[in-house]
Amino acid sequence: MTATMQPKTEAADAPRRGRRIPGAGGKARSRGGAMQFGHWWWALPGIVLVIAIHYVATGIGGYFAFTNWTGIGSFKVVGWQNFEAIFKDPTKLGALTNTLFLAFGSVFLGNVGGLIIALGLNRVLKTRYILRTLFFMPVVLSPLATAYIWKYIFDFDGPINAFLTAIGAGDLAKPWLADPQWAIWTVLVVLVWGSTGFAMVIFMAGLAGVPVEVEEAAAIDGANLWQRFRHVVLPAIRPAVAIATTLGIVQGLRVFDPIMALTGGGPAGATETLATQVYKQAFALGNFGGGAALALVLAFIILFFAVIQQRLTRSNPED
Amino acid sequence: MFRYTKVTLLREIGLWALALVFLAPFYFLVTTALKADGEIYTTSPLALPKTPDFSNFLDVLTATGNSNVVMGLVNSTIITAGSIIGLIALGSITGYVISRSTARWSKGTYYLFLIAIILPGQLGAVPLYMGARALGLTGSAWGMIILYTGMLLPLAIFLYSNFFRGLGTDYEEAATIDGASKSQIFSKVVLPMMAPATGTVTIFAGLIVWNDFFTSLIFLGGSANQTLPVAMYYYIGSLVSEWNSIFAIVIVSMVPILALFLFAQKRFIQGFSGGLKG
Repeated sequence: MTATMQPKTEAADAPRRGRRIPGAGGKARSRGGAMQFGHWWWALPGIVLVIAIHYVATGIGGYFAFTNWTGIGSFKVVGWQNFEAIFKDPTKLGALTNTLFLAFGSVFLGNVGGLIIALGLNRVLKTRYILRTLFFMPVVLSPLATAYIWKYIFDFDGPINAFLTAIGAGDLAKPWLADPQWAIWTVLVVLVWGSTGFAMVIFMAGLAGVPVEVEEAAAIDGANLWQRFRHVVLPAIRPAVAIATTLGIVQGLRVFDPIMALTGGGPAGATETLATQVYKQAFALGNFGGGAALALVLAFIILFFAVIQQRLTRSNPED
Repeated sequence: MFRYTKVTLLREIGLWALALVFLAPFYFLVTTALKADGEIYTTSPLALPKTPDFSNFLDVLTATGNSNVVMGLVNSTIITAGSIIGLIALGSITGYVISRSTARWSKGTYYLFLIAIILPGQLGAVPLYMGARALGLTGSAWGMIILYTGMLLPLAIFLYSNFFRGLGTDYEEAATIDGASKSQIFSKVVLPMMAPATGTVTIFAGLIVWNDFFTSLIFLGGSANQTLPVAMYYYIGSLVSEWNSIFAIVIVSMVPILALFLFAQKRFIQGFSGGLKG
């Protein structure tokens, strides 16, 4: 403690540091950007690795999107040809529609479900922590394992059809995953099951920050449950909504594992997504150029929605 | 004001009912894995097994099942542990330096990492595969550790630098007065304090790497060093609808992570909500 008292005189010319350092050292306050703690070159390995794996790889990938490379041998630049092919191919347009449907469907249902559970678990409940653990369990499982469990549940000889038969609704039994009309909905169910707990945890953390007094005051003033939610709780948890939905959309747009395990993209491309198409084009069919072009389209869609999402849900510019 | 009332009790019962329905898939998973071969075709999928039969697990975990599950377990453990160590080592030091530096480059570097988090991995996957193949990193645990460390480093640096910014510099100043060198300050003063950030990084990275399928399918597919998800994918692809065997391998793959989660669930969930708010 005595040691912390002394530097005040010694470091009189340097501004006193607060508990938080604003920005990433935005203003070069110490002369010549000299570092007080640590050496700048400590960051080099991390910077080099990230530039190589993220930026260089992405850049090269973007370049290959305009070539006809097959993965081996020579190639030539073909301009927008790969992109034209994507927008003329019904399979790939279908994959685009499916990707958007699954991303937005799972974000909407997962977040509404997560919010309802979080609100239900909020305060006074005696077993809220046990319940929170239970609802979170699916999040921890690998999407692949999750998909196999649900594949069985939706199997023609599986529990759902057995249940329907048992309650006398056997006519409704169908091979869910093999039915072009229903397959995409079964995938959606699996995605929602795996993501609800994640949204719930973020909402629970957000709800913990809502001041009890304000809610009580609103209740005393005669606000009903919905009014309290709409005008007190919802504005307070906006940052949580922003995080949960942004991550959900980014995650949903890249959905790959569950599709590969559940349907492999079938029946007849009914559950194909952009990510499974990228994999198939680039690694199974040896069409690296086409796969890269598709990946570029996916990348722009992800960036587009991530930015929009951030703009829409940001509570104030400071956050 | 908000007390435990009859309505609260009703809410609690309702949520328990919902939780039971929500976790029903686990019931099917366990009961089916314990059914003998004949039984899965003859009994209702909703029924309990007549007598629990553990032979499926034995098949999967030994050579008779002709699976690579044990090898996958070993590889997944090595790769996950190695990636976590790499991420902690590089992430902590990089996050520390860029958040403590007052120079202009540090802000630019911070954004370099931040943007890399949103950059979609699929686009880089193809060139990354080519580069890794040229360097001989495909098909090996070492290659995967380097790849995962690089892929998740932006996230780790983001978590670490947020942590360091919330942490005052008082201790470091004190250590400077006491004559500690820069590396001594980092290893003896800063390192012990950053346990919460390290915990969050370990949870995030561990979960992502352990469960990852896409990257390991591309970089390890067809090699002898498959991770658990890849081994599981290939093995299950070779079974037709022997759900009891499939579920035995699914259980084997999820037990380590689920056990870890149940053991450390409080920190786990805090890591998720706190780390993201960061």
